[in-house]
Amino acid sequence: MVGPISPPERPERNYVDSREPVAEISRFDRVERVVHWANALLFIVLIATGFTLYIGPLSLFVGRRDLVQTIHVYCGLALPVPVVAALAGRWGRGLRADLRRFNRWSSDDRGWLRAAASNRAEREARRSAVTVGKFNAGQKLNVAFTAGVIVVMLGTGVIMRWYSPWPLSWRTGATFVHDWLAIAAVAVVVGHIAYALSDPAAMRSMVRGTISRRWAEHHAPGWLAEDAVGSGAALTGTPGGPLSDPGTRSAQPAVWSAPAGADGRDATGRA
Amino acid sequence: MGKIPAPRSGPPPGGEAGGAPIGRRVFLAIVGIGAVGVVAGSRVQNAFDALLRPLQSADPTGLSSLIPSGGGFRFYTVTDGYPTKTAAEYRLTVDGLVDRPLTLGIEDLQAMAPTRLVRDFQCVTGWRVTGVHWEGVALSALLDRAGVQPGATALHFDSFDGTYTESLTLDQARRPDVIAAYSMLGGPVSTAHGGPVRLYVAPMYGYKSIKWLSRITVTDRVETGYWEQGGAYAVNGWVGNSNGRTDQPT
Repeated sequence: MVGPISPPERPERNYVDSREPVAEISRFDRVERVVHWANALLFIVLIATGFTLYIGPLSLFVGRRDLVQTIHVYCGLALPVPVVAALAGRWGRGLRADLRRFNRWSSDDRGWLRAAASNRAEREARRSAVTVGKFNAGQKLNVAFTAGVIVVMLGTGVIMRWYSPWPLSWRTGATFVHDWLAIAAVAVVVGHIAYALSDPAAMRSMVRGTISRRWAEHHAPGWLAEDAVGSGAALTGTPGGPLSDPGTRSAQPAVWSAPAGADGRDATGRA
Repeated sequence: MGKIPAPRSGPPPGGEAGGAPIGRRVFLAIVGIGAVGVVAGSRVQNAFDALLRPLQSADPTGLSSLIPSGGGFRFYTVTDGYPTKTAAEYRLTVDGLVDRPLTLGIEDLQAMAPTRLVRDFQCVTGWRVTGVHWEGVALSALLDRAGVQPGATALHFDSFDGTYTESLTLDQARRPDVIAAYSMLGGPVSTAHGGPVRLYVAPMYGYKSIKWLSRITVTDRVETGYWEQGGAYAVNGWVGNSNGRTDQPT
């Protein structure tokens, strides 16, 4: 276990101080952003057309069921394309690195999840006791769930659309799974958008690709502690800002230089 | 006896890089649940529907029909969009092996003795709508009016969508709960439900109740319909006793 590391003393909010030159760190590269927005567009179209097909009165209001169904089917078939295309080549380096981060869970991630499940009074204390990496456990769950959703919805959708080779009970089962998982997926997408809206800086980083170092210190200190990020490899920085030059980073005590935990490891658990 | 632990190489457990691949496990778990759901889902759904049915029949808001497989109609059309005919332009033809071929408008049908039914509508894909009100003309009355010739054994139905076809044996068609319906759910049969006139074969799965009924042809043999060819559903689609299903009879 990594020992609890006390969080740096700083105000809870307003972590971007406009008086200081703000260093920007690359959070999502161009390929990742394109994949994200392609997925977002497909999900929105799928949810809209899915609702239209599913809800009787809406179905009647919109009409043109054949067209709506065709759009739904082809957007569904297209769903894995952005991710697969991004992972297929050298250009997917950033996405692959983030997928590794999404996949692996530290004890801090479990601690974060326990904090999220605990009551309001304990949540803040528990949350401040963990060092979150580039992504918190909720974001990791979102990605794993969404990946599963893409595969299952695609598979069940194919059974529903091209039904003849399948046994009848499978068709019923596929409809059953497709309907219920759609409801769960919509709930998760709505939650995802709500969280994004509550953190405009994070949302902007999915457009611009960068985020302030101060944001990362607050939300993703473990990420800053990673070698590549901490050494400045991913820094883009405001010109002239003290943090744009990797050589000056020791001037700014950030969490990546946090004191080692009780067992002699630093925030990322490196010995 | 204290042993000196061997120095560890690589990142120790606990850190993100060396952590357990939970993301992959969650992903695989969802895919696995999805696969199990496809195989076992129809059974789960049947149990769930049975549980939900009393609730739905007492639900005046209709909101429960939004629950998956939860009591609402789903609309199917086998062509592009819904074929549309107004009640005024609608005509039903009865021909084939009959003494007096008929062409009837909707008012001709409404002038005949009505048959009213309150029966469930069960789809072969699993959903069921309970207690639907139907009104129409018994097929047996139409057949008697046209006069079935000897040698006739079956009926062939055409839809004015140009694609959907169905069949019944003469014995099935003469049942009192098989009607050419011009009213359902307390109003005219809507376009989406197959109006102005559709078939309602109460004891059989929904695909037998052809929508947008335009023609009844009396034949000397059963001509398999659209869903029996395309979906390989049973020609004799009795609810609960065909298509490998065990639904309660409607």
